[in-house]
Amino acid sequence: MITLLMLVPLLSGLMAFLISDDGRRRGLLVAASALHLALTISIFVARPEIVPGDWFGLDALGLLFLGITSVLFFGASVYAVKYLSFEKYDPGEDSDEGFIFNNQPEAVFIGCLLLFLSAMTAVTVSRHLGMLWAAVEATTLLSAPLIYFHRHKRSLEATWKYLLICSVGIALALMGNLFLGAAGIKAGAGLDLESLLSKAAVLDPAWLKAAFLFLFVGYGTKMGLAPFHTWLPDAHSESPALVSALLSGALLNCAFLGILRAAQVCVGAGLAGFTGDIFILFGLLSLMTAALFILGQRDYKRMLAYSSIEHMGILSLGVGLGGGAVYGALLNAVAHSLTKAGLFFVSGVILAAYKTKQISEVKGLFRRLPKTGILWLAGFFLITGTPPSGIFLGKLMILTAALAGGHYAAAAAYLFFLAVVFAGLGRIFLEMTFGEAPQAGTAGKLPGESRQMLIPAACFFVCVIVLGLYMPGWLTDIIYGAQRLIGGVI
Amino acid sequence: MHTTAELIIVAIILLDLSLAVSGSLATCIRLAAAQGVIAAILPLLAGSGAPESRAVIFSSTVILLKGVIFPWLLTRARVKANARKDVEPFIGYPASIILCLGAFAAASWLGTRLPLPETTRVAWIVPASLATIFTGFLLITTRAKAITQVLGYLVIENGIYVFGLALFVEQPLMVELAILLDIFVAVFVMGITIFHISREFDHIDTDELSQLSDWHPQRDGEAK
Repeated sequence: MITLLMLVPLLSGLMAFLISDDGRRRGLLVAASALHLALTISIFVARPEIVPGDWFGLDALGLLFLGITSVLFFGASVYAVKYLSFEKYDPGEDSDEGFIFNNQPEAVFIGCLLLFLSAMTAVTVSRHLGMLWAAVEATTLLSAPLIYFHRHKRSLEATWKYLLICSVGIALALMGNLFLGAAGIKAGAGLDLESLLSKAAVLDPAWLKAAFLFLFVGYGTKMGLAPFHTWLPDAHSESPALVSALLSGALLNCAFLGILRAAQVCVGAGLAGFTGDIFILFGLLSLMTAALFILGQRDYKRMLAYSSIEHMGILSLGVGLGGGAVYGALLNAVAHSLTKAGLFFVSGVILAAYKTKQISEVKGLFRRLPKTGILWLAGFFLITGTPPSGIFLGKLMILTAALAGGHYAAAAAYLFFLAVVFAGLGRIFLEMTFGEAPQAGTAGKLPGESRQMLIPAACFFVCVIVLGLYMPGWLTDIIYGAQRLIGGVI
Repeated sequence: MHTTAELIIVAIILLDLSLAVSGSLATCIRLAAAQGVIAAILPLLAGSGAPESRAVIFSSTVILLKGVIFPWLLTRARVKANARKDVEPFIGYPASIILCLGAFAAASWLGTRLPLPETTRVAWIVPASLATIFTGFLLITTRAKAITQVLGYLVIENGIYVFGLALFVEQPLMVELAILLDIFVAVFVMGITIFHISREFDHIDTDELSQLSDWHPQRDGEAK
């Protein structure tokens, strides 16, 4: 079953390179992602046992992140069909500087998209940390061509930074893996998660700490934690909307999973205090960085990217605080992925209509594109954690856990940065939705609002609102299971 | 036996220093390749007894990759991109070498803090590996060209390899091959990207890739 889960996108991705008809290729994309989602759901229902010693298996933590990835990818594939057909007839004029550019061949784009899904699936199901590393690096390599879909200078710059910074970062994670191996060399633990966990108590603590640091910095680079986040705003702002959505909603989580696996071993070895401090420190640092850069932001896609950094900071903080905060962090991961993907989808519609990413030039969304405007504003309320929203619940749980655990300074800083982010985002979103629409002479050839591009976002937003009001039992079970794995026992 | 392995460690450290002071791009490519090759020989010597056939196959794959394919790819990228022949460092060579020596001192200290388990008897593996990783970072951060950044990535990889394969020859082959495949594809994709950069910008100086940033107030609409 799990092998099938990786093979479906892998094979259909390879097929996509060979198909020459656009319609069929897009059909394949939607079909493959629907099949992937169906398989994921069946795994959620059946919950196959983990065979010790196997390289692939799904525990609650992996299952949670697999679910997010699969749902998000399905939404993105539905969005992609319309998006790509728009792109086909778009002259390819640069939105801000007005030069003409070409797009990547669609076969390469869809092929890489599916292979990217396969690699992300491999990350979530890996039980061997070496395999996990290889899969994370594969996601970097396969998503680089996606960022360079619009072939022009800025996307190329973003691609280069992404490729280099993430590859180097992940190389450090490889070193971390080897350190982990060195920590267990006497015990003969290897890099298999099961055996590492069962022998956690006899691992060499000095090597284990060094390993955790390297893994944290390595996967943290990919996850976008400050101060290793520098590639993230560039890549998110220059790539096509659906790729930004996948990077932000699915890929960052996959990198986080890498860190969580390392934390699992450390918690097993009794180093929870050590890892917790690191999580809290970098979590707050990311929150601060995001708050600073959101305040003066002029580009709405970069703004969303910084908001992702903020949320990655929240996840890290939550895991660091432990206890109930871990539940909050994982719930926040689910809700953030859905919300942020939806927001990026909507931003693609805005970009297509206004032809600019500059916040100052987008005005009067409500008048010009009413449905888009409503979704954009709804997204703002959800992402900042206005109730009812899953993000609100997640943030609240982290706050209460921080106060209950006596982390008053962290709680105060957390609240302060959240308030700054709220104010910064609020100004931008309100500026964009209200006001007079510019009397552009180009009104005749506007693509308008495509329902197919808005429906995925609307569905995601509804899910997030529902999460804020009612948590289905199966989801609670999985999050609890995942929380126990990272040592957050209430 | 182990003296040979220790000689290799010394050679790797010396190659780090030469990478830090070498001004010619072509030489740097060759130095990094040489380092990759001798690092690949290391696991064959570090174990006790005759190396297994598996280890030999794996080492020869690495030698082929790092000694032949990567230098060829990078030289091709350099020629295609019509790059200047020197590495254009942002800091002087004396500063580079001092940084490198400092890194080696720090790495030696760290090495004493992280004692290796008994299974390996090769001294200086940890410091050599950390110093090589640092040299890689130095190449990435203080040299102007995109190719030197890829080179830096490879040197980091060499450093990791020195540490890893001297210790864990018993890793599952699949995992090692997956890792190697990743590195190969990474260099390949970076090579393609360099080609695109040179076509799009007419140079491959990454310090001029600075349009995307939040630090400079960005041009406001009217500017080109």
